[in-house]
Amino acid sequence: MQNVVIIGAGQGGLQAAMSLRQEGFEGAITLIGAEKGLPYQRPPLSKAYLKTGDADALSLRPASFFEKKQITLVDGTHVEAIDRAARRVMAGDRSFDYDHLILATGTRNLRPPIPGAEQALDLRTLDDALRLRNALDRPMRCAVIGGGFIGLEFAAVARALGHEVTLAEAAPRLMARAVSPETSERFLALHRDMGSDIHLGDPVCAVRADGITLKSGTEIQADLVLMAAGVVPNSELAASAGLAVDNGVVVDTRMLTEDPAISALGDCAVFPDPVTGRAVRLESVQAATDHARLIAKRLVKQVDDPYGAVPWFWSDQADCKLQIAGLAAEGDDTILRPDGAVFRFAGDRLSAVETVNDAKTHMQTRKRLAQGPVARAALEAAEFDMAQV
Amino acid sequence: MVKVTYVAADGTRTTVDAAPGSNVMQTALDNDVDGIVGECGGAMMCATCHCYVDDDWTEKTGERHDGEDDMLDCAADEVKETSRLSCQIKLTEDMDGLIVHLPEEQA
Ligand SMILES: Cc1cc2nc3c(=O)[nH]c(=O)nc-3n(C[C@H](O)[C@H](O)[C@H](O)COP(=O)(O)OP(=O)(O)OC[C@H]3O[C@@H](n4cnc5c(N)ncnc54)[C@H](O)[C@@H]3O)c2cc1C
Ligand code: FES
Repeated sequence: MQNVVIIGAGQGGLQAAMSLRQEGFEGAITLIGAEKGLPYQRPPLSKAYLKTGDADALSLRPASFFEKKQITLVDGTHVEAIDRAARRVMAGDRSFDYDHLILATGTRNLRPPIPGAEQALDLRTLDDALRLRNALDRPMRCAVIGGGFIGLEFAAVARALGHEVTLAEAAPRLMARAVSPETSERFLALHRDMGSDIHLGDPVCAVRADGITLKSGTEIQADLVLMAAGVVPNSELAASAGLAVDNGVVVDTRMLTEDPAISALGDCAVFPDPVTGRAVRLESVQAATDHARLIAKRLVKQVDDPYGAVPWFWSDQADCKLQIAGLAAEGDDTILRPDGAVFRFAGDRLSAVETVNDAKTHMQTRKRLAQGPVARAALEAAEFDMAQV
Repeated sequence: MVKVTYVAADGTRTTVDAAPGSNVMQTALDNDVDGIVGECGGAMMCATCHCYVDDDWTEKTGERHDGEDDMLDCAADEVKETSRLSCQIKLTEDMDGLIVHLPEEQA
């Protein structure tokens, strides 16, 4: 194997390039990214960056790093097609040959088909964040569409900066896909205490020049509308190359597509959850980087281990640091520990623990889950002390 | 500019120039110093930026920050009295010459 081409120069694409070198790969690495400039981290875009505007702090590695590690970064270049027979990818009038191809194309913002949606701003890329930051240079009335992590993180920052915030969520609770009803409640109270106006179970049905209209007929006046209603995986490239796509690029337990010369990772990849076997797609720094490490090991060291990393995630909203260890499904049972930690169960098995400002329990859970499943009975016997099971 | 020296677990020393205001984790990544991962970008979420501050420098680098203890509890390598999350050590002019030692394992 001489040539590895990586499509997508985000968190996972860059990690794949770095891990390949760390594992001792000596061939050529070409990292092609549609965005201009050096790969950067997205998490601060809805957190510190909106406050500080410090874009330099976002770069994952300096330009000198790419030279030193002989990683060819081809930025501002959108790959349009993959020729699997010729093992080549095409971008404009350029083409790149590969022995192995890694798809790390991430996601893009979902644009629900509601009238006027094109007037709303996004928060996915550094350009988006810059535009938002510039718009927040004077007191604004902000309307946020979507009560997921990104919408809520933005709402918290905007409130802290003194802007008015109204947020509309179609589901009956906040962050419904990712957290327990208890955690949703806790964050609903937090945002309402901060003075944000939160509408639940009331989908947005129109974006107007001066605000948004909800299904209930409620009209909200706003100077700025943020669309934070979820994302769509960038999997068209894979689909048109004939690879299986189902809510993302389908891979097996080794993060390999049905084509042994093509892997996929991160936000764009659908993989079997190591615990349940259920096909999942995770949008987290952890998944993107752990996928990348596994792929690099497989390519360089021929280690064929299945992917098994424990998922973890965080979200900063005002002074609340939410951390999630493990992966719960939407209907999982919930037990609330008196100190506020939330334990979630799929049947008898601990699926996830949600904590707020409690790094200790979070880290204990990550460590423990890495060793294997935890039974509900054992946790109950230990009075929900993660260190005792 | 201030100088920071990273001593790898095998004794290899790397000295780099850093800008005051940056932190010890970011400085390592910017200069391609192996042995610090910094997965969460300094959000105090990952404990993959563990370092041991050289005995002569612990006073200058100060106390651990709120929450650092809990994260360090779960660091991959042994936690010592001088253990810090390097993303939480902000460089100041008076840290010129700072020496930190790196653990064998970060994750
Ligand atoms: C505002 C925001 C806040 C977040 N906060 C957190 C957080 O607190 N914690 C957390 O764990 N995660 C967070 N995330 C999620 C995290 O950033 C992603 O999970 C992670 O970036 C995924 O990495 P990736 O490499 O899969 O995709 P990305 O980092 O999105 O990179 C994909 C890249 O591929 C490029 N690309 C796509 N198609 C092509 C093509 N055809 N040709 C060339 N290039 C292409 C895209 O332009 C993009 O740059 C946040 C995300 C956002 C947007
Ligand atoms: S970089 Fe993650 S805790 Fe320091």
